[in-house]
Amino acid sequence: MSDTADSEIASGGGRAAQAATGATRKWVGQPLRRSEDPRLLAGRGTFVADLPFHNVCQAAILRSPYAHARIKAIDAGEALKMPGVVGVVTGADALAMTRPFGVGVRAPIKYYCMATDKARFVGEPVAVVVAQDRYLAEDALDRIQVEYEPLPAVVDPEAALAPEAALLHEAVGSNLACHRHIVYGDVERAFREADVVISESFRFPKYGSTPIETYGVVASFESATGVLTVTSNFMGPFILHPITARALNLPENRLRFIVPPDIGGSFGIKTSIYPYIALIGLAAMKLKVAVKWIEDRREHLLASSSGTDRVAYRELAARKDGTILAMRSRWYDNVGGYIRSPEPGCAFRPIGNWVGAYRFQNLEADAYVVMTNKSLTGPNRGYACGHLYFEIERMVDLLAEKLEMDPAEVRRRNFIQSDQFPYRTPSGGLYDSGDYPAAFAKALELAHYDELKREREKARAEGRLFGIGVAAAVDPSVSNMGYVTVALDPQDRARPQYLPKSGALEAASIRLDPLGKLTVILGSTPQGQGHQTIVAQIVADEFGVSPDDVTVVDEMDTFTRVWGISSGTYSSRFGSVGTSAAALAARKLKEKLVAYASYLMEVPPEALGVVDGAVREKSGGRGLTLKELAGRAHWNTESLPRGMEAGLEATAVFSFPEAKAPDHQDRVNSSNTYGFIAEVMAVEVDPETAAIKILRYVTVHDAGQIINPAIVEGQIYGGALHGLGGALYEEMLYDEQGQCLVGSFMDYLVPTASEAVKIDIGHIATSSPFTTLGAKGLGESSSMTVPAVLANAVSDALRPLGVRIRELPITPSRLWHLMETARRGRP
Amino acid sequence: MKPPPFDYHAARSVSEALELLGRYAEDARLLAGGQSLVPMLNFRLATPRVLIDLNRVGELAYIREENGWLRLGAMTRQRAIEFSPLVKERIPLLVEALGYVGHLPTRTRGTIGGSVAHADPSAECPALVCALGGELVIRGAGGERVVGAADFFQDFFTTALQPGELLVEVRLPVMPARSGWAFEEFARRHGDFAIVEVAAQVTLDERGGCRAARVAAAGVGATPLRLRAVEQIVERGGGAGAVVAQAAARAAELVDPAGDHHASADYRRHLTEVLTRRALSRAFAGVERSK
Repeated sequence: MSDTADSEIASGGGRAAQAATGATRKWVGQPLRRSEDPRLLAGRGTFVADLPFHNVCQAAILRSPYAHARIKAIDAGEALKMPGVVGVVTGADALAMTRPFGVGVRAPIKYYCMATDKARFVGEPVAVVVAQDRYLAEDALDRIQVEYEPLPAVVDPEAALAPEAALLHEAVGSNLACHRHIVYGDVERAFREADVVISESFRFPKYGSTPIETYGVVASFESATGVLTVTSNFMGPFILHPITARALNLPENRLRFIVPPDIGGSFGIKTSIYPYIALIGLAAMKLKVAVKWIEDRREHLLASSSGTDRVAYRELAARKDGTILAMRSRWYDNVGGYIRSPEPGCAFRPIGNWVGAYRFQNLEADAYVVMTNKSLTGPNRGYACGHLYFEIERMVDLLAEKLEMDPAEVRRRNFIQSDQFPYRTPSGGLYDSGDYPAAFAKALELAHYDELKREREKARAEGRLFGIGVAAAVDPSVSNMGYVTVALDPQDRARPQYLPKSGALEAASIRLDPLGKLTVILGSTPQGQGHQTIVAQIVADEFGVSPDDVTVVDEMDTFTRVWGISSGTYSSRFGSVGTSAAALAARKLKEKLVAYASYLMEVPPEALGVVDGAVREKSGGRGLTLKELAGRAHWNTESLPRGMEAGLEATAVFSFPEAKAPDHQDRVNSSNTYGFIAEVMAVEVDPETAAIKILRYVTVHDAGQIINPAIVEGQIYGGALHGLGGALYEEMLYDEQGQCLVGSFMDYLVPTASEAVKIDIGHIATSSPFTTLGAKGLGESSSMTVPAVLANAVSDALRPLGVRIRELPITPSRLWHLMETARRGRP
Repeated sequence: MKPPPFDYHAARSVSEALELLGRYAEDARLLAGGQSLVPMLNFRLATPRVLIDLNRVGELAYIREENGWLRLGAMTRQRAIEFSPLVKERIPLLVEALGYVGHLPTRTRGTIGGSVAHADPSAECPALVCALGGELVIRGAGGERVVGAADFFQDFFTTALQPGELLVEVRLPVMPARSGWAFEEFARRHGDFAIVEVAAQVTLDERGGCRAARVAAAGVGATPLRLRAVEQIVERGGGAGAVVAQAAARAAELVDPAGDHHASADYRRHLTEVLTRRALSRAFAGVERSK
């Protein structure tokens, strides 16, 4: 396979790597205990529901009990008469005071913050009651009379495209929100010339993350200034700020988002809080009171957000030596009743890594994004990569099965090689660094792969169902916002009035205070990732101080912080882009301190360096401590050299240069760093009950330079358990009429500590040439590989029966039926 | 998820609870450990006008042995039973079954009487009472009555308890000598209500024959089901593998489960056979070991 790495880019990356200054790394790389934990573990976190507000009223939301129904009339008269009820908001108010949210597709879909004409999924907001407390508000919900005209519903994304299917949006004319057919390379020829062709179909379930803290919004409108202030657990991306401002008919500088110090988890789900920000904002603006709404768990399961359920068909063309030549795929992503931004990211977010870890150059994707009467979707940990790798990694295993080769060997034969980085994928991704064969070999070694194979042989001889699965995945992070625009045809993007979109940036500010200590101010919205800890580690290394000397502030406020459209804490971006911004801000401040010290000490700046909390002569001679410099610069501005700006602070905005808009052939570098995951899992299936026991699970990651191994370990554990949820337990199930069957944690099963498996973790590190510290994102982690590796392991265990996993979650009941069907089909 | 308004009374004694029950009758619900009722209140699935809290009724929390029976006060916490040396010695099957009831924090709060009176068709405590032929002591304005397990569990979440009545005690027969036991449960996660569970206790005679067997399954119908025909097969034929297999196959014929999104009817029926076989095999093996 030819080397497709583009030499110009390779040298660009090299320059970025060389730009790193040689700070001594004493703290970066250490498993420092998280400075956030003492207060969180002692119950002293500050979450949105904890914040004190004066004279705040509470909202409760009346939700549609129907999957699809016309709303003919709403009578809130009885509710309004109840003591303690302040007011009611309905779709009529939304029509009068708000606009539909912008959507990322051309189809004319009107998505308001609540139902205005029809309800299109169970749980869609139909009315809001604002009352003196939540109990009264919920009592009042029972008194609102809504006259519904129930309509036929559709829940399956393929069925929804049939001409006779119930139509959700009359103006669109079908349930298709978006369709793109994209071809890279010469797929026809590859299939023509292939020795073997494999076909398979897949179903990936709709599931979410169920963060321990649900959505929370507090909105107050100051009519004198026209400012709507919203405190919420909003996490970004901040493109949703202008989108919300526009929906509320507010100038952007009259909409203030404040994020409290703590958010109790998100995993992408809280991206989709913004319609509720608009809804509660609308209530505050209409009723002229401050309004608080804390989502309860039932509301969260019914109507917050989830990943899409997907039906997919794949074909793979290969040579008989195992070389993959091409893949074809057609899939149907189910985004629910409306398409809510950033959807259709489900279809396009992994576009740059559509080939996974493999070298093949020919790729065809036929992506349908379909609306049905289910709840709405959005980013969920690994945003669409769980789907992708479940499909790709099953296909590679099927190829191995067909060729009677070891699945590990088939992967080895197709991996992108370590000398090919930075590697340009056929769909435009620019893999920054990696050594896939080495990481994969390490996973096999940690798992004692050969020993496992011997165990399998022995087990099979005894009639036991023992299986081994392997999986490999490229772990994309720091989404380039431009990917979403692949939803539009290249002709649409070529129109002169069209404005291209791209970008992945983060900002940070740093200040040396008059007593010589450092404060770093971030524009991030962490949900438990430990930003304070890792930024303190990075800045401590830059200045040669202790992390205890650094205070890190991460409470977002759009009125006071530096931020951009792509800001926010999502897409595993802080570990690379946020840390880069913090390091760059520190270096800018260091440069100023060196210049100042050079002036004071009458030593050329080249002869000075920042070590051990001081600017010192590199020769080891004289120096001035940070405290001494701060004391002079702040208390006596006369001491500054002529032309030097007063104040000891710096702000840096780090922006990825390779985050570009899609080209006319739909190629786009959809993320900015690309890590790697290699996994091995051994399972045994109970032939009678179909229970799956995980016997061994190894995961090896390449996230470049690791800043805090303890935090990384936590992310891997959480990611793996989340993946286990999608593979075995979690599914937002609906019946044919669109009724949601999982309204509580009794029915929506999330793996708990009891279901956790032992995880053997390994790392290799190939530094990213594109980030200041060489670090890559790792937060999505094994959430995207566990469904794949588990499906492969279970399929391998059931190979004596000929059962292949093509649908998740693998519930015992489903698996038993597959096994029974296979057994009955045998002579 | 906030309950509608209700009046709350904290009873201090059985007589006070009965007096309150008499006063409010059908409008009242009794609050024991609250592990099911409180979520039902929050979901507005239960909307009682009055809640009578039994958690301060100390006289209902006890474990006693009397005339070959263990008597468990209805408000005895599941955790207290699980850790009682007396229960462990007299009815080890109960201790094993309690290990499957929710999680440690829920068992610390949950009570034996609350679980039995709630009568969830998949719950462990009702299944166990059913398997062992337990008795339920019920008190009302008219005095006390004792109802056998077979008559107590009537339908989904429905028991012989009448409005104004209070379950005060659960009585279970002490395990005879030369017995073995096993509780087999299949659930999707640890601590969940079972998809299917089977409780078994077998007692051998001096010659090694099976003198008595007690088998019940739950998760397979509206109430836990005592499988008398299964018991009879092993009582006649003993604990040999083939007999146990035959008994297990019979169990699958006796149940008529419904399917839901956790498990199909066929799968539940199949699990009944598998778990009955496993429970009986382990119960018989246990006797062998204890000899």
